[in-house]
Amino acid sequence: MSNNGSSNSLVLKVEDLVLYFRTTKGVVQAVDHVDFELAKNRAVVIIGESGCGKSSLAKGILRLLPRNVHTYTGRVYLEGQEIMGLDEETFRMKIRWVKMSLVPQAAMNALNPVLRVSDQVAEALLIHYPNVSKREAIERVREMFRYVGVPDSFLHRYPFELSGGMRQRVAIAMAMITRPPLIILDEPTSALDVLTQANIMNVLKQIKWETGTSYILITHDVATSSELADDVAVMYAGQVVEMSDAASFFKEPLHPYAKMLMAAVPKLRGDDDLEFIPGQPPSLLNPPKGCRFADRCPYRMAQCEINPPMFRVGDRKVRCWLYEKDADGIYGTHPEPLEQAHV
Amino acid sequence: MSVQTQSAPAPAREGEQPLLSVRNLRVWYELKKWGFGHAGYVRAVDNVSFDLAQGEAIAIVGESGCGKSSLMKAILGLVRPYSGEILFEGKDIFAGGRAGLRWYRSQVGYVQQDPFGALPPFMSIRRILEEPLILGGVKNRKERLKRIREVLEEVKLSPPEDFLNKFPHMLSGGQQQRVVIARAMIRRPKLLVADEPVSMLDASVRVEILKLLRQIQADYNLAVIYITHDLSTVRYFSERIFVMYAGKLIEKAATDELLWHPRHPYTIALLNAISDPDASNAHKLREVPPGEPPSLVNPPPGCRFHPRCKAMIQGRCEVDEPPEFEPRPGHQVACWLYEAGDRIPPGWSEEA
Repeated sequence: MSNNGSSNSLVLKVEDLVLYFRTTKGVVQAVDHVDFELAKNRAVVIIGESGCGKSSLAKGILRLLPRNVHTYTGRVYLEGQEIMGLDEETFRMKIRWVKMSLVPQAAMNALNPVLRVSDQVAEALLIHYPNVSKREAIERVREMFRYVGVPDSFLHRYPFELSGGMRQRVAIAMAMITRPPLIILDEPTSALDVLTQANIMNVLKQIKWETGTSYILITHDVATSSELADDVAVMYAGQVVEMSDAASFFKEPLHPYAKMLMAAVPKLRGDDDLEFIPGQPPSLLNPPKGCRFADRCPYRMAQCEINPPMFRVGDRKVRCWLYEKDADGIYGTHPEPLEQAHV
Repeated sequence: MSVQTQSAPAPAREGEQPLLSVRNLRVWYELKKWGFGHAGYVRAVDNVSFDLAQGEAIAIVGESGCGKSSLMKAILGLVRPYSGEILFEGKDIFAGGRAGLRWYRSQVGYVQQDPFGALPPFMSIRRILEEPLILGGVKNRKERLKRIREVLEEVKLSPPEDFLNKFPHMLSGGQQQRVVIARAMIRRPKLLVADEPVSMLDASVRVEILKLLRQIQADYNLAVIYITHDLSTVRYFSERIFVMYAGKLIEKAATDELLWHPRHPYTIALLNAISDPDASNAHKLREVPPGEPPSLVNPPPGCRFHPRCKAMIQGRCEVDEPPEFEPRPGHQVACWLYEAGDRIPPGWSEEA
């Protein structure tokens, strides 16, 4: 996906990741054969609606799995090292929070209410680096708090004494304290007010510029995602359907789903009418054999009965038959809708 | 040029009685010390006045903790104001006692923020929609069912038979929100209060619900109060926007006027913080005012935004509370910058 990605500048490479869950109703195919790459000091945004498997993808990469896993296969390379084969203890000590960390969804409510925030943030460091003394750890917390913009005086407070935005910053400090090269952000601003949201995005940008950290940002908010995105991956029903660099994506998405999603994003000014996507995403219990978006797609054709592979369009990739290379080797890039299915 | 209109703003449409008038409303919550001693007030809504005409849609925009929910609760008759009055068709809603409030609530529908939380999980859609009718004294079962079918069609849950016997968890988020809207509409109210009706929904469904609300509003000439923190959706919905900060309405204007010619520094900060999808956003920092909204127990003297305002006028803003000025026709703003007339506020370029 990244156009400058020789293999040693890659932070993360995910190949053919599959994560299925067992439920009483059957097997949920939450992450279905996902591939992507992330270069150093870049941010990839994974956009998708609720239930498309984007949070499961994050859990799969970090191996934070519930008990009802049915299938969990694929290869994940972190800075060139294959980590799927590692045993649980090695993964916990050497990878999770050392090489990559997570800012969980609704992180501000994920803090332990009976521990001071400084102790909670220091804990992550103390567990993974036994040589670090408590005092050094607290100093490091102070330094991280300065980074994310939490005042020094908040160091020894409890979470309930902090506002939502401040708690979110604490959660980001917790993810940063071991200085991992990769941070996964799962909806880091979705529960916050606009001004706080802009503030947190500023903090994340500054961290990225100053420390060279890479991000995976998981969100359903297309507009806010553009604040951080270098690359964009669109997920639909467990699959990645488009991978692009941010500049081309926000200018013109390729996949019909991505196009319709962009048309549904409210713009502050401008006269374009909003459109919505009729219908609903398919159940992941028994997804359609062919293209998973076909039922809702205005460009549907006969070929869509077969699951499309990822087609390469320039530096971008898209899982849609419209972009199948035709006999002359020309990529179709401006398809006309076959029927006006959406109003 | 500048006109002071501190009390009694003119009705939105001349010569018509407003449907709802809010006059100098204060919603203060008393703080108790040791259970009985008085320890001050949380001034959640402080001296708010506005008029709402029949069939008009307004948006109240503000951050969490600015008092917009308290204002909403007062308008729904759920909390008693500390002072001031709320007039519905010219009558004080609290004057008629319990019976008066009962009648008033039949005239007002409420669309909650979180549809899943707002629908009782153990009741079928039919029972959920039937209850307001039973409470409203519709004795005839057939009549009730007829109205339920009608309202389900209105919110485009058709055919209604498919939904009547379902339970909330069997529906998608968008369908749940439609049921919530149906419940608000079932007694044919004249006013709908929608509290962040789309903030819990996905982008593609959000537009669907906004369009539905807009259509219902037009079809039934409903007045709507749309409460939100998201300025980017209000353009698709409302005719006027009120911006609320720390318990006060600090700017009131028509929607396009406010989005293109904002005047209050806080409104400008809000507008500047909103991103449109654009890859260049990743390469610049956004300008955000420092600090956080003030405590409503002890709000700052003078203008409540002055500690965070970069256009603050020394010796003025931190001393005197700004009255409402009208720098442009129909555009009221409570800010000392406009004491001597209209100007382009700092941090805003009018061509933007």
